Amino acid sequence: MPIIEAKNLTYTYPSASKPSITDVSLTIEKGEFVILTGPSGCGKTTLCRCFNGLIPHFYSGQLEGELTVAELKVFKHPISEMAQRVGLVFQNPENQLFALSVEKDVAFGLENLGMPRDEMRKRVDWALQTSGIEELRDRAPHELSGGQQQRVAIASVLAMQPEVMVFDEPTSFLDPLGAQKIFEVINDLNKKQGVTVILVEHRLDLASKYADHVVIMDEGKIVLNGKPREIFNSETARLLGVGIPKATLLWQQLRENRIKLEGVPTSSEEAARLLREVLKT
Amino acid sequence: MIEVKDVYFTYPTGVEALKDVSLSIRNGEFLAIMGQNGAGKTTLVKQFNGLLKPTKGEVLVDGVSTRDISVAQLARKVGFVFQNPDHQLFSETVEEEIAFGLRNFGFKESTLKRRVTWALNLLGLAEYRKTSPFMLSGGERKRVALASVLAWNPKVVILDEPTIGQDHRQKEILRQFIVQLNAQGKTVVIVTHDVEFVAECSPRVVLMTQGQIVADGDAKRILTNSDIALRASIVPPQITQIFLDLADLGLPTDIIDVSEAKKTLLEYLEGDNT
Amino acid sequence: MSVFEGFKFRQVSSPIHRLDPRVKFLYVLVMFIAAVMFNELPVLLVLFFLQIPFVLVASIQRQWLRSLRGAMFLATFLFVFNVFFGYISLGTVPGGVSPLEYAFAMSLRFLVLVESFSVFFLTTSPDHLSLALEQSHVPYEFTFAFTTAVRFVPVLAEESQTIMDAQKARGLELEKGNFMKRVRNYIPVLIPLIVSAIRRSLELAEAMESRGWGASKKRTNLYVLEMKEGDWTLVIISILLLVTVIYVRYFVHVPSFTMLFAQ
Repeated sequence: MPIIEAKNLTYTYPSASKPSITDVSLTIEKGEFVILTGPSGCGKTTLCRCFNGLIPHFYSGQLEGELTVAELKVFKHPISEMAQRVGLVFQNPENQLFALSVEKDVAFGLENLGMPRDEMRKRVDWALQTSGIEELRDRAPHELSGGQQQRVAIASVLAMQPEVMVFDEPTSFLDPLGAQKIFEVINDLNKKQGVTVILVEHRLDLASKYADHVVIMDEGKIVLNGKPREIFNSETARLLGVGIPKATLLWQQLRENRIKLEGVPTSSEEAARLLREVLKT
Repeated sequence: MIEVKDVYFTYPTGVEALKDVSLSIRNGEFLAIMGQNGAGKTTLVKQFNGLLKPTKGEVLVDGVSTRDISVAQLARKVGFVFQNPDHQLFSETVEEEIAFGLRNFGFKESTLKRRVTWALNLLGLAEYRKTSPFMLSGGERKRVALASVLAWNPKVVILDEPTIGQDHRQKEILRQFIVQLNAQGKTVVIVTHDVEFVAECSPRVVLMTQGQIVADGDAKRILTNSDIALRASIVPPQITQIFLDLADLGLPTDIIDVSEAKKTLLEYLEGDNT
Repeated sequence: MSVFEGFKFRQVSSPIHRLDPRVKFLYVLVMFIAAVMFNELPVLLVLFFLQIPFVLVASIQRQWLRSLRGAMFLATFLFVFNVFFGYISLGTVPGGVSPLEYAFAMSLRFLVLVESFSVFFLTTSPDHLSLALEQSHVPYEFTFAFTTAVRFVPVLAEESQTIMDAQKARGLELEKGNFMKRVRNYIPVLIPLIVSAIRRSLELAEAMESRGWGASKKRTNLYVLEMKEGDWTLVIISILLLVTVIYVRYFVHVPSFTMLFAQ
């Protein structure tokens, strides 16, 4: 059974005149690394908030359709229950950290669940290690860089051991190096821990190499849904103004000049590799 | 004309953010100040409008030291658009917001009205004239902040991280807008870590790391130099990375642009065939 | 450093820092009661100097002196006030004490109260304090509000600086003008700050909900406060102090300096 199944989701915010998402249907399998992208205002943030129940439980408004995440029907379960299966990491690292030390922040979710102390300790240690921030354990959030703060946010969600983790533009405020580190952490969570990942991102040049499934939205609807290479290569993606990786653009331009490469690259390493084969002949 | 002469700057907390920085910006230049977060970029540009004054050394704007005039006087010439528009927006209507700077600088009511209309049209905000800025979307608020600075027509425009949170299309529109501003004779300084954006604009690039300038010159030259990139902890544009990877095949490495990349590769292949 | 530094916790490790906040609070409470029970200068002097060992053991001399300096302003005012009224009522003050001594005593009492609280806050981290509140069965909502507020103080301070800079860059002059104009000039700083705070709380709420806020009625904590030797020692000291103070109050005649010198 797919880990996320959405059928004809339509949602209108309380004060809005038209829906933010319309008739969204989507299937995501366990273990996938999904990139969700699209122009600003396309509804991707709204969709993310449906996955863990913020919509409809935190934001009122009208929600129609069906949504099942990790075998729970989202409409029927409160956010606190959903939080144990689906984690959500937000854009601004600063506003996800409330405690006075990293350790306490990571433990926050577990404390909410009423977990016994010994088990909490183990989970906290594990989450800190997996996110690569062991050495930041006793630091105060204000002393940390944006990238470090975001890794703490990831660790605090990870500590609850969700099956699915949704990341809503987690690298917006970070520089490219910081962003890369975050993507590496997220990728490890997916490939090594088996967490299903949904990443909302504009910076496709940095992130696309990790994904095996890409969904593009526009004006509240899903317009493209499939494998990265097909999607980035499509005319629709280009017309939408999605930030297609330059490597893919180069491939397209070369193809127009009848230079064929053995595959569609999305990263520079891939492009270099494919070009090398062509150039060596 | 902005001149930075051997400037050192230390924050009250004791952090030395600028170490012996010297820089000259001519009228009408287009400049990108780049580097990692914490390299000192924002600290440097805040010297240009007097928000910060050097601990040692001197900053001259049109020949006058920033220590000798007020921030308000400098701001009239050097407009600064902050990263987060929500740190500036406070008025009841977009119109009022744009008029704010104009009023502070003592513009007459008649001129003021003209300039507000001009700024609204320039940034495509005419329909929001009477709207509350808080009702607008993130991108629209950014435009309001930009409009409110351009309204008083400063000679220099500084944009601090203008591409954050923008999607590809918005960045493209921004890029064209910036190029146009520069073409109209304004000195434009952007502070950014967005390498792809800079690769597309191809301005003069000043690269900073740990409070110092490590490179100053043509975007093409600097962004394709892997040693400098390593020192400043920046990631070269994706196209450049491809060519750096293929350097051993004798291909040039100073490519930052897709069309140039295509041309170079085609030439190489043709050369191979003859 | 401002006078507020005299109350802000600093990350130092000392036996006093490690004591259970509830016990420290008990001690401060006893100090409070003791100070309020006595008008007599000699006793108040003793109480005041009783703080010193704590200050020294906790290595917080500099900050403590800061708060003392800050409190001096009000203390001096109290002194002058009491001297003035003492002499107006023609030198008759309770217990046949000279107005000067009485005024001293009153300002000293104020200092004792302020300083004992200063020691408490200087040696208790907000984390520790919130843990103590939690274990004292204060509803978690309040403790959480407290720690979150402390956590965001430096963030808000930085943000207000940024907002001021952003508005100054649009020609706002905060220093100029008469009082009314200056107050109005702060509107472009206050409004973004408030709006930002509202946005921030919305994002915080989203993050809290997403991490299971309210999942269980019985919330646990990563840490637990356990009473150790040092804590029990302070409890005993506090109780002894309280008993001594009550005994002295009711059974011992405490001379005032006036009386001592009059002999």
